[in-house]
Amino acid sequence: MADATAMLQVRDLEAWYGESHVLHGMNIDIRQGEVVTLLGRNGAGKTSTLRAIMGLTGRRTGSIKFEGREMLTLRPDLIARAGIAYCPEERGIFASLDVTENLMLPPVIAPGGLSLEEIYTLFPNLKERARSQGTKLSGGEQQMLAIARILRTGARLLLLDEPSEGLAPVIVQQIGAMIRNIKQRGFTVLLVEQNFRFAQTVADRHYVVEHGRVVDEVANHELTASLDRLHEYLGV
Amino acid sequence: MEDLLFEIQLAMPQVVLGVINGAFYALLSLGLAVIFGMLNVINFAHGAQFTLGAFVAWMLLSWLGVGYWPALILAPLIVGAIGVAMERTMIARLYRIDHLYGLLLTFGCALVIEGLLRNSFGSSGQRYAPPREFAALDLELGDFFLPGYRVWVLIAASTVCLATWLIIEKTKVGSYLRAATERPQLVQAFGINVPLMMTLTYGAGVALAAFAGVLAAPIYSVSPAMGANFIITVFAVVVIGGMGSIAGSIVTGFMLGLIQGITEVFWPEASQTVVFVIMAVVLLTRPAGLFGRA
Repeated sequence: MADATAMLQVRDLEAWYGESHVLHGMNIDIRQGEVVTLLGRNGAGKTSTLRAIMGLTGRRTGSIKFEGREMLTLRPDLIARAGIAYCPEERGIFASLDVTENLMLPPVIAPGGLSLEEIYTLFPNLKERARSQGTKLSGGEQQMLAIARILRTGARLLLLDEPSEGLAPVIVQQIGAMIRNIKQRGFTVLLVEQNFRFAQTVADRHYVVEHGRVVDEVANHELTASLDRLHEYLGV
Repeated sequence: MEDLLFEIQLAMPQVVLGVINGAFYALLSLGLAVIFGMLNVINFAHGAQFTLGAFVAWMLLSWLGVGYWPALILAPLIVGAIGVAMERTMIARLYRIDHLYGLLLTFGCALVIEGLLRNSFGSSGQRYAPPREFAALDLELGDFFLPGYRVWVLIAASTVCLATWLIIEKTKVGSYLRAATERPQLVQAFGINVPLMMTLTYGAGVALAAFAGVLAAPIYSVSPAMGANFIITVFAVVVIGGMGSIAGSIVTGFMLGLIQGITEVFWPEASQTVVFVIMAVVLLTRPAGLFGRA
């Protein structure tokens, strides 16, 4: 779906890590306020897509327009300051920082982020464990912390890499509730997932990624009808 | 009993001397640790930058009449700025390749700086008289006399070490530094200008070395080799403390100075070797260093 009004518009994006060619022409459009997922098998290029948008891969070609501005040539810190926030797959909690320091690390880049009070209301555990070493939190708490810290900054587009990975079902439900909550608050989310049952509970649309490009697009209400197709893509 | 008292009196000067050396080890290894943590570069030019600090203080005094106190601020700023220029023009090009190249480059820089100083000032060494006001700090305990300037060196070095530790462990800027030491890419993806931080960190580490150089100028003769004498021991300190550990480098610096001093009393011939024996033992039993994370 080509859309001139999209908040994020990725066109023919190719990316490399050194010699290895990981993205082969990604095309993505995300409108303001949408939650969109990238579904696909391991190694399909979902994480690389997020990293390429953030400027964290090696050489890139194509175009990444965010609110009409070209991001392809910018350094990662300038991409962040344009209003895109990234939560990596391994969560990226810093061992040498306590919970509060981890939470306050990303600088506020624009007004409109959640206040510390709102964050503590959403994630009471983070207040209780404010002085603990970041990596001493449970996996679920670390994931909450990793998302909470990018809600503070005023970034309008959030890139979340497999927030449900490795977490107990009850925690996955909480993460799902939280994503729906931040969608209501007007955040736009690009979510990488392998678990399409989880993705179904939070997303508006799904892109299926294979071999570094988008091979299919499914609206959330069509997902149940498209299960066979998805099973084939995802091998589940 | 009296024998023991006598022995202690005899030992005091050496032990105090050791602790003062330890203060220099701590300041120098602290800068090395900060630079290694953030840039992953083993800064072999550290000794030469220490020497440069002493020489800049000497030049400020003998050419421009700028005294000790302004030099204590100015020399680190000037040498720190030289460090910033070195990082921007040379070291920054090496981050993507093997550690070894950074080590070779900074070692080359050390040789160049020392060579230039030797060419301009000869190798005999210049005198830098400590300001007279330090006489007020002179310590006399029985037969034991400690010049006021050395008391000042202990105070100044401990204060700067403590302040650096506080900045790194307790401030916002320090949290950026610690985080960027762990995952520079992610910190940059949060909107922090990590390349700029690396430049400033290198400048700050170099300024610490220059500060130590100014402190050392009135004690040791200001000569092109003064840094080289220190730096080998300082690298041993860094290895013993654990590469990149801030508190570790400070504590180990003072501790090894003290151990050297004590060894000087009981077995003078071993005093230069003892640090390396400790380094070997630490490497064999705790390869990450006493304070390092494995």
